[in-house]
Amino acid sequence: MVEMRKIIKEFPGILANDQVSFDVHPGEIHALLGENGAGKSTLMSVLTGLYRPDGGDIYIEGEKTVFSSPKDAVNNGIGMVHQHFKLVQPFTVAENVMLSIKGLKQIYNLKEIEQQIIKQSEAFGLSIDPKAKIWQLSVGEQQRVEIIKLLLQGAKVLILDEPTAVLTPQEANALYKTLLKMIKSGKSVILISHKMNEVLENTDRITVLRDGKSIGTVYTENTNEKELAKMMVGRNISDQLEKKSYSKQDKIFSINNVSALGDNGMLKLKNISLDIYDGEILGVAGVDGNGQKELAEAVAGLRSVKMGSLSFSGKDCTKSGRKKRMDLGISYVPEDRMTTGLAPDLNAYENMALTSYRKNKGFFIRWDKVRNDTDQLIQKFDVRLASTANPVKMMSGGNIQKLLLAREIDSDPKLIVAVYPMRGLDIGATDYVKRLLLEQSEKGKAVLLISEDLEDLLSMTDRIIVMHGGEIMGVVNPSETSREEIGLMMAGKRKVDLHEV
Amino acid sequence: MDLNYIIAILAAGVVAGTPILYASLGEVITERAGILNLGVEGMMLVGAVSAFYVGTFTENKWLGLLVALIAGGLMALIHAVITISFRSSQVASGLALTIFGTGLSAYLGRSLVGIPPTSTFKAVAIPGLSQIPVIGKILFNQDIMVYLSVILVAILWFVFYKTKVGLLLRAVGENPSAVDALGHNIFFIRYAAVIVGGMLAGAGGAYLSLAYSPSWIENMSAGRGWIAVALVIFAVWDPRRALLGAWLFGVIASLGLHLQALGVMIPSNFLQMLPYVFTFVVLVITTRETKNRRSGTPAALGIPYSREER
Amino acid sequence: MKSKLLGSWEIKKTNSSSAMKKFGISVSSIVLGLLFAGLFVLITGKDPLKLYSEIFQSSVGSVYGLTETLVEMIPLALCSLGVSLAFRMQLWNIGAEGQFYMGAFGAAYFALFFSYLPILILLPLMMIAGFICGGLWALIPAIPKAFWNVNETISSLLLNYVAYFWMAYLVYGPWKDPKGNNFPLTKQFSESATIPVFGNTRISYAIFLVLIIAIAMFILIKYSKWGYEISVSGSSRKAADYAGMSYVKNVLKVMFLSGAIAGIAGMAEVSGVLHRLQQTISPGYGYTAILIALLARLNPFSILLVSFMMGGLLVGGFSLQTSGFPSSMVSMFQGSILFFVLAGEVFNNYRLVRKKV
Repeated sequence: MVEMRKIIKEFPGILANDQVSFDVHPGEIHALLGENGAGKSTLMSVLTGLYRPDGGDIYIEGEKTVFSSPKDAVNNGIGMVHQHFKLVQPFTVAENVMLSIKGLKQIYNLKEIEQQIIKQSEAFGLSIDPKAKIWQLSVGEQQRVEIIKLLLQGAKVLILDEPTAVLTPQEANALYKTLLKMIKSGKSVILISHKMNEVLENTDRITVLRDGKSIGTVYTENTNEKELAKMMVGRNISDQLEKKSYSKQDKIFSINNVSALGDNGMLKLKNISLDIYDGEILGVAGVDGNGQKELAEAVAGLRSVKMGSLSFSGKDCTKSGRKKRMDLGISYVPEDRMTTGLAPDLNAYENMALTSYRKNKGFFIRWDKVRNDTDQLIQKFDVRLASTANPVKMMSGGNIQKLLLAREIDSDPKLIVAVYPMRGLDIGATDYVKRLLLEQSEKGKAVLLISEDLEDLLSMTDRIIVMHGGEIMGVVNPSETSREEIGLMMAGKRKVDLHEV
Repeated sequence: MDLNYIIAILAAGVVAGTPILYASLGEVITERAGILNLGVEGMMLVGAVSAFYVGTFTENKWLGLLVALIAGGLMALIHAVITISFRSSQVASGLALTIFGTGLSAYLGRSLVGIPPTSTFKAVAIPGLSQIPVIGKILFNQDIMVYLSVILVAILWFVFYKTKVGLLLRAVGENPSAVDALGHNIFFIRYAAVIVGGMLAGAGGAYLSLAYSPSWIENMSAGRGWIAVALVIFAVWDPRRALLGAWLFGVIASLGLHLQALGVMIPSNFLQMLPYVFTFVVLVITTRETKNRRSGTPAALGIPYSREER
Repeated sequence: MKSKLLGSWEIKKTNSSSAMKKFGISVSSIVLGLLFAGLFVLITGKDPLKLYSEIFQSSVGSVYGLTETLVEMIPLALCSLGVSLAFRMQLWNIGAEGQFYMGAFGAAYFALFFSYLPILILLPLMMIAGFICGGLWALIPAIPKAFWNVNETISSLLLNYVAYFWMAYLVYGPWKDPKGNNFPLTKQFSESATIPVFGNTRISYAIFLVLIIAIAMFILIKYSKWGYEISVSGSSRKAADYAGMSYVKNVLKVMFLSGAIAGIAGMAEVSGVLHRLQQTISPGYGYTAILIALLARLNPFSILLVSFMMGGLLVGGFSLQTSGFPSSMVSMFQGSILFFVLAGEVFNNYRLVRKKV
């Protein structure tokens, strides 16, 4: 149906796709597996006409085709659900869908389109209200809108980029049922993923990418986890993370009945109570957007609380702002590294001073000292920079995170709040970050770790709280819980209710 | 103050508001597509001078208006190239456009100062409607460009909320990458919006020099372009509210002039400040109001769009 | 669209931009800007080269022109140093014109009503008054910006008109010189309210002030904690919040100082050059200052250089009046140069490469 031959795509300093070949049969689910940064998204952006390849050809049903814009891809029946949904937030579902309909009349008939949406959504089990505004929908519902858009656009090949990253395990199962219905009706699905288990369970064929190169394509039934892992990483995944057992220490931070508003003025944290102890890694699970970010900001001192109180080492700190919290020893690794954790236009030295520039007395900053310290940290944390004088926005994702962590750990904090610290990193950097956080907890520091990856939470943390709709659904012990239990709690079931049945 | 006097003030207010209405509508279109154009003042001036030049020498006000539309559109094209193709700062480019337009209009108009106009837009009473008490005199005894501006408001409202073009335009200003991924041409939509916006600013300028005060005076827009930009925020990017805002502004301005004639003991310079102070206050109040509202500033306003960023 | 415009060339991002390259881009921007504006002169049947040579001759072509250029450079450089500070924090203070007027107003108050004071007391008093008045005037748009994120570009601009009419009120009304034949002028400042000049030129000692402020600003930005906070806030407000910097306080402080420096420019102009208030005390220094700051990439020393160039352009513009051109047409050249500076930005971080076929 679709064949890509020897695709080359280059970005400054990176060869994102190096002669990658890839093909899709009709009626199959074909996975594109690889680590972050392996070149999967780039390859698919080429297939959807967003990027123009620097080399290679695309064949659609045997015919050589050149996509000079996304329009060409759409006209050839290729559609993609991006990881970050391409939806217009203040628009209704129907308005969003209309944008994708080919040959929409200049003066359109809204009723008719709403009917079509309902028809499609019933056919594939994607229930949705066409009149709802996007911002009112949950992430799972927004994903359905994206899929309906593709269907009404007449897509024959559907590309889904990490579709389950934002879903609970149960929602993910429902999604795969929908996808099965689609391939039965003759469509093809390309699934971009970095999760081996998921791919092994749900696909027909798997193509593995590594460092921008295609390692090979295998039939799912003929392969196993070990083989895939070797293809993905290029070596046997050896040493598992070692997690030392934890014994309860002093309480470092406590949250009492805290409620807080989100950026849009709606209640995002509802009556949260939580204690964090020295030396533990406390995990926070939940579907993105259920109050995790607000929780982290409330602890870090970037979000004021509406009700309730916070205390640090037994002393009240509800009213203290970010500056005071930093002095107390709360360091924060934000989700948005590039524009929150770092000043993108400043260079590495200048960014290293961001959380410590007040420490020296007087009017001036001692840049010579900052430079020395930075050079040492860059060595110690193995940050690779083309030049320390370049703005940090030119650095790669992994190095940015290393630089940020180096700075925050160097400040010798008592509590580290880390929000999605592994997101978007390649396997080496992910491993590095994990080890760093484990090492810190062994040194007696408390870590509040917010992650969407249940595997990471289960392997790294001492306790996990599960959030839904701004509330804590319950606290589980990683060694005693299951993915299913956490999944149900992520979907809004309380732990106490689960165990009554 | 008798009723006739109030009617006169209100009718003059509509006239005073009309150039700002044209410019505001243009800026609404531009900003809906996600581009901020602070060059309205410059585009208005160039529109005014070219309308007066052509209108006076051809003795045809319509030709003057047409040339003003073209001139405004060409000015806006410069902004479009700099901000859309070269992805440079929209604020800075708009300022440059205003500075450039001020100088260009002064240069082009150097021989026009003091020349009487030969063809201007004059009030045309609409038979029947103009006989309605009060309203008739305020709204239906105006020049054609006033009527056109009201029709334009209705057309724009329909286009924005009932047609595919409007849907695309609004979507581009909210989330260009979504529209791009669906295969629509962002660059074309944005270019078109910016150019049409400039044309309307040019029309606003033409109204100044062919209807409001038929003449050419250096810098005759006197900040109206900036007021138009501020009104867009008051209008919450809705053409209907732009009409309301522009007329409200016009009434304030004409009130200032008439108070003086009525012998109110306020120095004239303070009355001249009134429109600017009024706009400032309105800007502050409406920004505070829209802050927490969902429908407000187009989310992508002022952010250059590029696809291959990583 | 983009690709069609560029034909077989495409823009690629690069990770380096050398100082030489930046300088080259700036120079070619100016040349292209003058060519573009010249095009308009050409269409209307005039010879742009003649016009440019006249501008050049009358500004830097003679000793007198050169000294006049320096006279114009003082208010331009001061206003530009002021706005550049705000720009550094991504605050688009385009109200320097109004802040200049209000600074002049504050200084004139002391000059007119405390003219009996000795020069060593009166001049500093006038300077402080100009500083405070300019700063306070800039605070008016700064407060709504800081607390409710009200667009400071529009609000600061609107206040220019208010300041202008305030000045008109003063010189037509209460401050009009009763012995001035009804001209809208205040009476001339006393000797003790006048900044001395060099020899028989019109260049006042305020030029030292320009140098001092430029150096102080360089040190502030490069080495001080506050300068660092400004840079961080300008790069990303979220990063500033993250680091515990108070955005609100910094907006107020930066805008105040930005306006205050423009206020000093106003003081220097009325005390050092005009020696009285009149309806129009600036040919748009505050607007030209924006162009200078952007052209100089906010670097204080480059601002001095560019101010000198733009001062020359202004002087040239005045001389054009004798040939029947409006002096305000120089803003056509300024705007045009700025277009090319902005378009040239892209070549700093990107380079044009021929597409592989």
